[in-house]
Amino acid sequence: MTSMQFGLFTVGDVTPDPVNKTIQTEHERITNTITIAKKAEEIGLDVFATGEHHNPPFVPSSPTTTLAYIAAQTEKLILSTSTTLITTNDPVKLAEDYATLQHLSDGRMDLMLGRGNTAPVYPWFGYDGSKAVELTIEHYQLLRRLWDEDVVGWEGQFRTPLQGFTATPRPLDGVPPFVWHGSIRTPEVAELAAFYGDGYFANNIFWPKEHYIRLINFYRQRYQHYGHGEPEQAIVGLGGQFFIRKSSQDAVNEFRPYFDNAPVYGHGPSLEDFTAQTPLTVGSPQEFVEKTLTFADYFGDYQRQLFLVDHAGLPLKIVLEQLDLLGEVLPTLRAEFDARRPANVPDAPTHAARVAARNAAAEAAVETDEGVSV
Amino acid sequence: MTRIVAISAGLSDPSTTRMLADRLVESVERQSGDVSVEVVSLRELAHEITDATLTGFAPPRLQDAIDKVVAADGLIAVTPIFKASYPGLFKSFVDVLEADALIGKPVVLAATGGTARHSLAIDHALRPLFAYLQALVVPTGVFASPHDWGTDGTNALGQRIDRAAGELVSLLKGAGTGRGPSDDIDLFSDTFLSISQPR
Repeated sequence: MTSMQFGLFTVGDVTPDPVNKTIQTEHERITNTITIAKKAEEIGLDVFATGEHHNPPFVPSSPTTTLAYIAAQTEKLILSTSTTLITTNDPVKLAEDYATLQHLSDGRMDLMLGRGNTAPVYPWFGYDGSKAVELTIEHYQLLRRLWDEDVVGWEGQFRTPLQGFTATPRPLDGVPPFVWHGSIRTPEVAELAAFYGDGYFANNIFWPKEHYIRLINFYRQRYQHYGHGEPEQAIVGLGGQFFIRKSSQDAVNEFRPYFDNAPVYGHGPSLEDFTAQTPLTVGSPQEFVEKTLTFADYFGDYQRQLFLVDHAGLPLKIVLEQLDLLGEVLPTLRAEFDARRPANVPDAPTHAARVAARNAAAEAAVETDEGVSV
Repeated sequence: MTRIVAISAGLSDPSTTRMLADRLVESVERQSGDVSVEVVSLRELAHEITDATLTGFAPPRLQDAIDKVVAADGLIAVTPIFKASYPGLFKSFVDVLEADALIGKPVVLAATGGTARHSLAIDHALRPLFAYLQALVVPTGVFASPHDWGTDGTNALGQRIDRAAGELVSLLKGAGTGRGPSDDIDLFSDTFLSISQPR
């Protein structure tokens, strides 16, 4: 269907609109998120991903609830997360929640695991934040087994042992959800993704590209080391952010007050410096397309491109206008990325493709067995 | 060729802090033939340092300066003393360095102040900071108050400068500490090995 997937990822922050001097209620923010996700499908995007946070000013504490609600109102959109906290969620509950979402969405889902953005979240869920990396590894190894094996006996460091446990529902068609691992600093997370042949995602929004290249290259090398394919065949996802108007100057003028007051980079570098130094584009649709295409030059051909659009207090109306403009250049982005893509780079993962691959592998195994027996 | 970088946190132009840095540079060059010295003036990077504090990444000019500091064989760090300690600009620059940037690096600490009563700030404020960074600080700290720039006739300041610079040169001629920042990923740590050995 589509070799590369494009979509949105949201942090889910409630940030005051510095221009209109308004602030969305939590209820408005949550319902606006649904509107944005449905708009994503309308303009032809492939993916919508929500963050998971457990403190103000963020609203998305229950991703599978939100994603199931969106799944019920969409037909093609793949629902995902950015990120699901592998550290502080019980892997047993993650296995159940996301398998349920997989059934309800008919396989139109995957998930991205991460460690969250705030240290205090650990004790809220009964964990020790100084063990973040160890928790990530142990929890994911358990989640993997809960999906890959019907009956699990397990003992680890951070939760009570499991004896003869079966996580229900079992994954749809016997193929667990595809897993991405999001990280921009931690080589252990890249190693984890590589060992299991999972996807690796760099948020690619706040820092210069050089900061992300090292770990993406490390992930690609380790993906090969563990026998999943060539380095260029590893499954890579990237973030990005933009603000576009037909006229470049209009985009700059309109976005500047939002940029200057944004939670992450506001009151710091100028808009001009930040756009020159990071993947952010503020300009015309053509400038946006050109800059986005450079990502593949730096990071290699990749499978998934997500954009952060609903942030910095931008009102819903402007976000939807941004998506209309994105929709207009989306065919160009797809065509340009496809044109440069070597044949041996795999397509973005989908449930249908993974089921087909599993079936093909099983048939090949049967044929081999028959060949031996004859 | 031994590479020395002098960090000057002087805020005015001209600045006595920069003068002291230049004196130390001159002394190092005089005592060590084969040396290249570059001065990084933090005043010119003040906006970038603030930006990096907020964004978590260094803009290009600041990154150049950081790269020079990390690549240097030895450092000369010179700061004014305000309110009993180094100013925020100096600390903010240190804060945007990676935690292991100065591990094992030979460093001369020097400071200027409006009165000789600030002179122990090198030992009370700067040494603990560089101890935390695991830098190798030479025994002699060089403090210069207005009194020292005057003509007291003994050239005590010049002697301290030469002594501190000589200690740095001597360290650099030896085996050094054998330590430094590493960009390598340790594939054989217990944590790393546990990834490919699931329970």
